[in-house]
Amino acid sequence: MHQISSIILYILAFISTYVQVVFLITFLEKRREIKKREGVTALSAFPAVTIMVPAWNEETTLRGTVESLLALDYPADKLNIFLVDDGSTDGTWKIMQGFMSHPQIKAIHKENGGKHTAVNLGLEQATTPFVGCLDSDSFVDSQALRRIMTYFEKDPATMAVCPSIIVNKPKGMMQIIQRVEYDWAVFRKKILGILNANYVTPGPFSIYKKEVFEKIGYFRAAHNTEDMEIAFRMQSNHMKIEQCEDAFVYTTVPDTVKKLYKQRLRWIYGFIMNAWDYRGIMFKKKYGAFSMFSVPAGVISIVAAPYLLSLFVFNTAVAASKNIERISATGFDFGFGGFDAFYVSTSSNTFVLIFMYAILVIAMIIGRKMVTGRYGLDRYTIPFMIIFSAVAPFWIMKAIYNSITRRAVAWR
Amino acid sequence: MDNKQNTDWKRYVVAFFITALVFASAFYLSNFFNQKKIEEIRSIENSIGIDILSSETQFDLLEELSCGNVNDSILSQQLNELASKIEFSEEQGIGSDEDRASLRKYYSLFQIKDYLLMRKAEDKCGLKTTNIIYFYSNAEDCNDCEKQGYILTDIRQNYPDVRVYSFDYNLDLSALKALITIYRVNQPEALPALVINGKVYYGLQKFEDIQAIVPDVFIVPEKATDEAEGGEENAKTEGSDMRVQSTPAVN
Repeated sequence: MHQISSIILYILAFISTYVQVVFLITFLEKRREIKKREGVTALSAFPAVTIMVPAWNEETTLRGTVESLLALDYPADKLNIFLVDDGSTDGTWKIMQGFMSHPQIKAIHKENGGKHTAVNLGLEQATTPFVGCLDSDSFVDSQALRRIMTYFEKDPATMAVCPSIIVNKPKGMMQIIQRVEYDWAVFRKKILGILNANYVTPGPFSIYKKEVFEKIGYFRAAHNTEDMEIAFRMQSNHMKIEQCEDAFVYTTVPDTVKKLYKQRLRWIYGFIMNAWDYRGIMFKKKYGAFSMFSVPAGVISIVAAPYLLSLFVFNTAVAASKNIERISATGFDFGFGGFDAFYVSTSSNTFVLIFMYAILVIAMIIGRKMVTGRYGLDRYTIPFMIIFSAVAPFWIMKAIYNSITRRAVAWR
Repeated sequence: MDNKQNTDWKRYVVAFFITALVFASAFYLSNFFNQKKIEEIRSIENSIGIDILSSETQFDLLEELSCGNVNDSILSQQLNELASKIEFSEEQGIGSDEDRASLRKYYSLFQIKDYLLMRKAEDKCGLKTTNIIYFYSNAEDCNDCEKQGYILTDIRQNYPDVRVYSFDYNLDLSALKALITIYRVNQPEALPALVINGKVYYGLQKFEDIQAIVPDVFIVPEKATDEAEGGEENAKTEGSDMRVQSTPAVN
């Protein structure tokens, strides 16, 4: 039993390390192409773009979101903003009405029907060759659109470009540790972009060619992860999705464990269900790294989580029972025998774990460099690792349970 | 859309070999350090071997010298360390099965030697020692062995006048079998077994049970604990006191 568990652990560790090594090799190979541009980014032409802002009860952040769009360094006559109130019950619609006099902005109020219906309404009315979406809790950097458009200019085959999403003004431990995660994700997503293996075009400011929707259809409900499903659908239609690492979008992240749990539950549930819906294109060479690498790696990491958690719980229970037995036999003893290097674990598991974490830390350092321009490790890296290791298995297991029982996950 | 999604197999193959190399390095490093640990244990064993020879010589000299010149049996402290490290090696799977069995046999032999030397010292110098010989089994059917181990370890730490010798009942060692025969420990199904003052006690013996058998050594535990902390130093300076702390209760 112990041997089987060790073998499974080694296999999971090998796969995890392998994925990280692929990321690092790709980074080294393409490091000259990965950049953080300063100042105004040049564009030879400014194609017209429509940005949809779907909102449901976002009165606290909506104004900032729209103002950040208006502050984009992009010709005003080429940038249309379409605000869609998806049946809000707070002051969202009132705020939208306040912007209606602006020549670039159109606003519409509709019955609540889910985010995808709000975005699709905008898509139906958009006449520009490029369209995008910005969640109403996110804010764009003024150069973001220019930088994204350089990818379309460079390669006409590019059908969508995703930005780098980073945490907006983190406050409190929960938001600060997510900063570590988001910065790390900047690195991972760039590599997935290079491999053309992105499986999500995030709601905050992914820009598409309008023809994408004309060819493969509009957004779908897709288990409340419409931005993931559209990426799956694009990949299944061999449409190229790029990642613009220096187009920054600042997003508001959950400030409590409960909110984070709900968000991640939705994400993971959406990933599982979309992977299931598109299982027919998995492990097929013609769908490239998306089908052969990124989605399978994601699935394995989801499957691994409950196993690792149960192993951890089992080992902890064994250690606890031994301690209880010892204490019941001899009483408490707080004595410390002093340090002897002999008793430091030198098992192969220990070294495998050290190497695995070393590779992860390297990836985090690169991610942070891509965001801040400086090498170094966020000082909240260790709290992030500890807290996420402790809570992530729970939302993963709940997402697996919901997927198996087909129990849909709500937005909030 | 004619987007070419060509998987770059070369990259993935190289990554596979690098990952394999990372794992091979982990296994190599683990093996390297574990081997160092086995060497360290062997070095302790060598040291104990020399000490035994020295002690034996010392006891031979007792014929001519007074007991006041007898040095303490330094074996005890080293035996504790040896036992602790062998136990850790067994828990962690350090070295081969043969390595660990060999270390365990040496350890058992050293304990028997130490026990015999102490008996000799008792006879020659009139020292009064309290010895507990503990037989355990690593087999799963000995439910109380682990608990007995904890109790004896605790006694060893807090009552340095008590010398505890622990033996794996199933170890294939002729000297150990002789010890088992001498004390007639012939109910392996009833382990753990303690031999105190020549009498065998089967089953879990709690602290109170042991205290009842040899009440003298448990009279002032606080003082005993204090002595334990400075025990080694005292033992070295007071040559005639050979009742220094002894073996651990490992199982």
